[in-house]
Amino acid sequence: MFNSNSSITNSQFQIPDSLINYTLHLADNTLILAQQNSAWCGHGPILEQDIAITNISLDLLGQARNFYQYAAQLINEFKAHSPKERAGGEATEDTLAYLRDNREYKNCLLTEQENGDWAKTILRQFLFSNYQYLLYEKLQYGEDEQLRAIAEKALKEVIYHLKWSSEWVIRLGDGTHESHQRISNAVIELWPYVDELFINADYESALIANNIAVDGGSIKKSWLQGTEEIFSEAMLSVPQNVFSQKGGKQGIHTEQLGYILAEMQFLQRAYPDSVW
Amino acid sequence: MIEVKNISEEDILKILETVADPEVPVLSIIDLGIVRKIEIYNAVQKPPSGSLVVFITPTYTGCPAMDVINMNIRLALLENGFINVEIKTVLSPAWTTDWMTEEGKQKLKAYGIAPPNMKQQVCTPGLFQEEEAVQCPHCTSYHTQMISRFGSTACKALYKCNDCNEPFDYFKCH
Ligand SMILES: [Zn+2]
Repeated sequence: MFNSNSSITNSQFQIPDSLINYTLHLADNTLILAQQNSAWCGHGPILEQDIAITNISLDLLGQARNFYQYAAQLINEFKAHSPKERAGGEATEDTLAYLRDNREYKNCLLTEQENGDWAKTILRQFLFSNYQYLLYEKLQYGEDEQLRAIAEKALKEVIYHLKWSSEWVIRLGDGTHESHQRISNAVIELWPYVDELFINADYESALIANNIAVDGGSIKKSWLQGTEEIFSEAMLSVPQNVFSQKGGKQGIHTEQLGYILAEMQFLQRAYPDSVW
Repeated sequence: MIEVKNISEEDILKILETVADPEVPVLSIIDLGIVRKIEIYNAVQKPPSGSLVVFITPTYTGCPAMDVINMNIRLALLENGFINVEIKTVLSPAWTTDWMTEEGKQKLKAYGIAPPNMKQQVCTPGLFQEEEAVQCPHCTSYHTQMISRFGSTACKALYKCNDCNEPFDYFKCH
């Protein structure tokens, strides 16, 4: 794939570039959500649920590491064979996580939204896990061997996340007056970020024809159906005609990402290459 | 030390049996079923004779024990004279609790952790499913209940026995 042959065509070149961006997008989604969830460590409403949300965070971080390691490998191979040498040293999972700036992050806006209260964190996890479940279910049969393997592996964990978060959405929605109010507010706050999950970025579109990336449009219907089922059990309604925010996949983020990166990257920025 | 000539897979497996899972130290990495393949280079110049490639697969994607396991494999082999060791991680096919050996399951139980049931039972996304019957490792009662699907490590769920009232960890199916 990374043939240095000078007769290489433009379209062949677009694949590594798109594949790198797509892999980074998958990695960023999981890292940013892991980072947000991890802030609950020691603050969960009860011990068991504190442990649950941090376990989910750890699973997502593990997925992020796999995707970053693969992205780093692709970047280094691509760089070695690219006529246009990219600046900088060797890419690693750490340089990709700690040394890229706001505009280089390709996570969906949903993942970077504030934790808010427990209801908002739960709903964000449910909306994302439902998406991730459908995404990985398809990605595990894609044409890229490594993405396929990561998806197959992670899918089993995502099933646990989806079950846990679905049950909590129902518990809160069909719970007390206050819990219902709180999760209803979360629906209003997070719904504008839902559509972006299913709108393909250019790097996704470029890979869909080769069955490397999953077409967002192809899983939207199942996602909505699954969400409606849970919402109806939770006595919640799906908002209609909401203006959608997008841009995260292209690096245009809400203000939240700045705060997340400032905290997450501080140490490597202030003390470069320090290890523990 | 093993003569670095005509090494058999059995020799290597014997050494790897001494490498424990740092989070559940009664289990060896062989019991866990994470060693997928061993390549041995006998009597060849390149790579040098006695070179090994050990293929392992992670239990859970985010399992922090994997880095420690990697290092401990390297150390155990080094102690036995194997210097040229490469450890490769393979993700596919994904690890499943079905690969845990019968011996491993018995060791878990003796240690106070309920061993995993066959994976078909609960690894589906259906909600509020009737929880699988997990046997209490202390009193062998099946009259138990799940407290939390997530436990002290990524691989465990938290249970409670309704007969002896003891809480216990369940190595959840995966
Ligand atoms: Zn008991």
